[in-house]
Amino acid sequence: MPQSDAFEAAPTAVVHKALPHDSARLHVRGSATYVDDIREPEGTLHVAVGMATAAAGVLTSLDLSAVKAAPGVVAVLTAADVPGKNDIAPVFADEPLLVEGEVMFHGQAVFAVVARTRDAARRAARLGQMAIEARQPSVAIADALVTGARVQDDYAFGRGDAKAAIAAAPHRLEGAFAIGGQEHFYLEGQVSLAVPGEGDEMTVYASSQDPTETQHIVARVLGVPDAFVTVETRRMGGGFGGKESQACTWAALAALAARVTGRPCKVRLDRDDDFALTGKRHDFRADWRVGYDDKGVIAGYDVMLNARCGCSADLSPGVVDRAMFHAGNGYWLPDVAIGTRRLKTDTVSNTAFRGFGGPQGMIAIERVMDAVARERGLDPLDVRKANLLRAGCDRTPYGQAVEDFDTQRAMIEELEETSAYRARRARIKAFNATSPWLKRGLALTPLMFGISFTLIPLNQAGALVHVYSDGSIHLNHGGTEMGQGLFTKVAQIVAEEFGVPISFVRVTATSTAKVPNASPTAASSGTDLNGMAAQIAAAEIKGRMAAFAAAQWGVPVETVEFRDAHAASGNHRMAFSALAKACRLARVQLSCASHYKTPEIHWDRAKATGRPFFYFAYGAACAEVAIDTLTGEMRVLRADLLHDVGSSINPALDIGQVEGGFIQGMGWLTTEELVYDAKGRLTTHAPATYKIPVASDVPPIFNTRLHTRANPTASVYRSKAVGEPPLMLAISVYSAILDAVHATSPQGQPRLEAPCTPESILNAIRSLDGAA
Amino acid sequence: MVTERRTETRGRLQFRFRGREVALTRFSPRATVLDWLREDALAKGTKEGCGEGDCGACTVVLARLRGGRLRYDAVNACILLLGQIDGAELITIEDLADGDALHPVQRAMVDQHGSQCGFCTPGVVMSLFAAYHSGVPATPASLNDQLAGNLCRCTGYRPIVAAGLSTCDGAPADRYARTGEERAAALEALADGRDLFVGDEARFFAAPASLEALAALTARFPDAILVAGATDVGLWITKQLRDLGRILWLGRVAGLDAVGEAADGALALGAGVTLLDAAPHLAALHPDLGELMRRFGSAQVRASGTVGGNIANGSPIGDLAPALIALEGRVVLRKGTETRRLPLEEFFIGYGKQDRAPGEFVLAVEAPRLREGQSYRAFKISKRLDEDISAVMLAARLDLKGRRVAAARIACGGMAATPKRAANAERALIGASLDAPETWRAALDALASDFAPLTDMRATAAYRMTAARNILWKTLVEIAGAGAPTRVGALHAAE
Repeated sequence: MPQSDAFEAAPTAVVHKALPHDSARLHVRGSATYVDDIREPEGTLHVAVGMATAAAGVLTSLDLSAVKAAPGVVAVLTAADVPGKNDIAPVFADEPLLVEGEVMFHGQAVFAVVARTRDAARRAARLGQMAIEARQPSVAIADALVTGARVQDDYAFGRGDAKAAIAAAPHRLEGAFAIGGQEHFYLEGQVSLAVPGEGDEMTVYASSQDPTETQHIVARVLGVPDAFVTVETRRMGGGFGGKESQACTWAALAALAARVTGRPCKVRLDRDDDFALTGKRHDFRADWRVGYDDKGVIAGYDVMLNARCGCSADLSPGVVDRAMFHAGNGYWLPDVAIGTRRLKTDTVSNTAFRGFGGPQGMIAIERVMDAVARERGLDPLDVRKANLLRAGCDRTPYGQAVEDFDTQRAMIEELEETSAYRARRARIKAFNATSPWLKRGLALTPLMFGISFTLIPLNQAGALVHVYSDGSIHLNHGGTEMGQGLFTKVAQIVAEEFGVPISFVRVTATSTAKVPNASPTAASSGTDLNGMAAQIAAAEIKGRMAAFAAAQWGVPVETVEFRDAHAASGNHRMAFSALAKACRLARVQLSCASHYKTPEIHWDRAKATGRPFFYFAYGAACAEVAIDTLTGEMRVLRADLLHDVGSSINPALDIGQVEGGFIQGMGWLTTEELVYDAKGRLTTHAPATYKIPVASDVPPIFNTRLHTRANPTASVYRSKAVGEPPLMLAISVYSAILDAVHATSPQGQPRLEAPCTPESILNAIRSLDGAA
Repeated sequence: MVTERRTETRGRLQFRFRGREVALTRFSPRATVLDWLREDALAKGTKEGCGEGDCGACTVVLARLRGGRLRYDAVNACILLLGQIDGAELITIEDLADGDALHPVQRAMVDQHGSQCGFCTPGVVMSLFAAYHSGVPATPASLNDQLAGNLCRCTGYRPIVAAGLSTCDGAPADRYARTGEERAAALEALADGRDLFVGDEARFFAAPASLEALAALTARFPDAILVAGATDVGLWITKQLRDLGRILWLGRVAGLDAVGEAADGALALGAGVTLLDAAPHLAALHPDLGELMRRFGSAQVRASGTVGGNIANGSPIGDLAPALIALEGRVVLRKGTETRRLPLEEFFIGYGKQDRAPGEFVLAVEAPRLREGQSYRAFKISKRLDEDISAVMLAARLDLKGRRVAAARIACGGMAATPKRAANAERALIGASLDAPETWRAALDALASDFAPLTDMRATAAYRMTAARNILWKTLVEIAGAGAPTRVGALHAAE
């Protein structure tokens, strides 16, 4: 491991600066172009989906005569119109674009209408008559545990003998709790515009986190080689994992419509349809047993993570694996068994969502920490601290050694001080003693998140950099911009390398024609991978320019420096733009396509050994809440966040990720509830019924600080990935609510299910007083 | 706005946009402002996020004359019918910057890193622009209220609120502030007081300018859809895809937006009074009504939605009805030249069914003021505090004789197919002593005979019943005045 605490950052001019998002000025003017804003090519048609009217069964007849006769309709598509494979699944071939016989979930796309206007297409889509020989759908985790259906085989790993350790421990507890799913609610819904070219060519403008996979699936559905398909993504109006595999479907449908009609075709899902048709964060039920000593130090932990994957595998294999990788969070669990069930239900296929299963695995062990503390009468923070990874006890349940575990303890102790945890704990106790109707709760929870795709081949990236003869720089890479500021950070890296202001660098839309075989922008890895690749390309070009300048000036090449938009050596100095022009005249290549792959990582899933993560990112959060014990209403009163970003490439963007991630996680655990009825219909399918946080839900006291010690691992500029981890800071809110519920009764372990809606909190209180 | 009434009907929609007057003689009655912007004007800055007025990505600002002055209201373009902007100035995200110079709220959003993916940003900026022109300095609380209808999934809102705090100081100094007088004059010129009728008898958008004209049109077209704010009707179009051919918009009817007093001194709110304008008057009746109105929809919805619309819509979860039923509120209806007045609870006959004859319309809603010896509370429970629909709503008015309950009116929303009184609980509470909580139990238990609530996506039946009981308990605890805190929203973090 190339790690050194002695690493010191060199002075920088562009990197490590709090520059605004590269599109900020366009955003605020309404002039940033999203797919639906692209000026439509002449003759563009619009596609709407005809949705299944039952959740499970066999489609026995489909009468589309009224659809075809509806005003404005140009074509109606069914599975029979697919020239290639009717398969949009990213991992296993287990999900069709359009229903072929078997209906897999309520609302699944059965047919598609192509019409002159979007309104005409949507209206016509409701005129289809379908007969489905329906069976009782399996909807919830409990249903799937009865049917036994799986999307993938059960999988477990661990260390030692957890059952024996629990049995031998001085104290034991067991429990189960439900962890809800989450809708992405990207503000820009799923959208793709497909424009047919000559022959079999197809260009798709997609709101996609994974243009390469989108290209594969479009090509597969059309039955053409990948080289005939170009997918381009300038930006998304939010992704959060919901436009990784899930964006491919709509790109493929638009492309199919374009192929059949020969005209440009756009799919833009209505928000309600987007809810029904696209996967969400997996809901879980964690069944756990734990053994521990008088001080709450854990001897054995045995957890079964039941994950509701929905109707197909989609990305669930990776999601549930990651839940396992984070089931220990940053704790030492001497004997541990982590089991999983990848449950198949007759519901939309659950998918990637910020944290990718990690949050669900992590919240389970945090719930256990609170249970142990409650039973022992200890402060939960003390129990957490007693169980942290430490010298000699520094391995995760899957055997990876954690070298910078001291960072985690230091951050927890720092936050304990800055949040005045102990003093507030005492005041809250006093308040609760005299307040019969309202109770306060406080919690400080840590997080440790592994950085790298656990599917090793995805840990690679490409970039393409051109320097033009006026010195302006064209930057392209395989990563996509969804608001996280990736384009800004990579542009900072390239500008720094060339020693020019960031205004020299033009970041261009992600395109499969420029950088092929890219990985999805996911796993928090966007900057780590694409930033490295772009840095390599820029360094290569810079080296050529330096060699040219050195030869011209007759100086050693290593003396040529690039800064302040100039190249210089000794008394020689030349503007970067002039050097670029001179290089061109001298026939020096000013373009480079580069590649980066993360070193040192490996993972053998069958043996459950290896080093799946390049490094870990840490965080800690302290939340205070108040609950109304009569109604279950809850307010988050204060949150203090401390998050590890290494040597931040852009502190402003990183704070944005930390704050935004926390609030999104808070929504997951409090107000955001996905409700399915017995027929498998999602009844919370719009913002009227599905409630993400609004401004007033943000804690009135909300302190965020970055922990900026350089990453001991050789990441780009010693920064750390920041996309997903902060979401798990919100586990502190769940834990604080639990603490407030504890205050309603001197003992007992409440059943507090997430999300903690007023009803969930009231149920938890009643589970303690026996009144339920 | 009414100058002199002219008799001839106007056959074209007219509004101001990008510094000019736009006149439209042909448009679909069901066209929305968002459709018109994106598809006809090819102005793509305003986004569609949900198509139902809940996310605010489509927020635009309408500048309208109120009492001779310009008022800037943020509204949701996705469910605002195009015809509803008659006589207004439509301001969108593209209008704000002056060449390369960003508007102060745009500048602040950049400086505070208030945008990430940028998709909600145009709507957020327009809401901040409305706050900038509100005439009062912004506070964190006022910005939370202004932004409750703007969902952002990326930032966590902190930088957006910071952008508002740094710019919205109550003293606007932008181009709009400088041109206020001439733009007000331009709108004054559009306020012709004429009836608007665009289309033919089969399909039209009509906006009568007087009660008489409205009464005549409702009599002639009893099947026409009466639209006030369109905060619900808009969804019939965008979600149910209904082809509404005949629309009668109430927003130009002179006098329908009047606030006054009934003969007995009750607050009288014209059916066309927006929820925004009604809020301070209701807050004056009781602070709980003020809080209820603050939480009512969002700023965008309150600027469009009306008191009459909320009542006439008949929703079992409309928040105004139970709050006013507990106050002994009344509804005033008009058909032709006939006017009738009935207790508000009697207006709601069954699910989706109201005591309103074809051609009849809601004229006003009246809310009696609290008298000496009366105590009132109203509570709303929802998954999210702001911009959410009630799982349970309970309002109660108690007439006290000393420390005993002499009479009670208790009304609930979300507990039955209609907003409904808890008659058994009301009876059971008579004679209860504020000093003897055991005398409250009978009323709590009686709720179970008053209501048989449903389970839906907002709450289970069991929760609704428990919560209703506990709110009634809390009502009594508060009125009894024990002193321990009961409002979770009033707490601050421990120091």
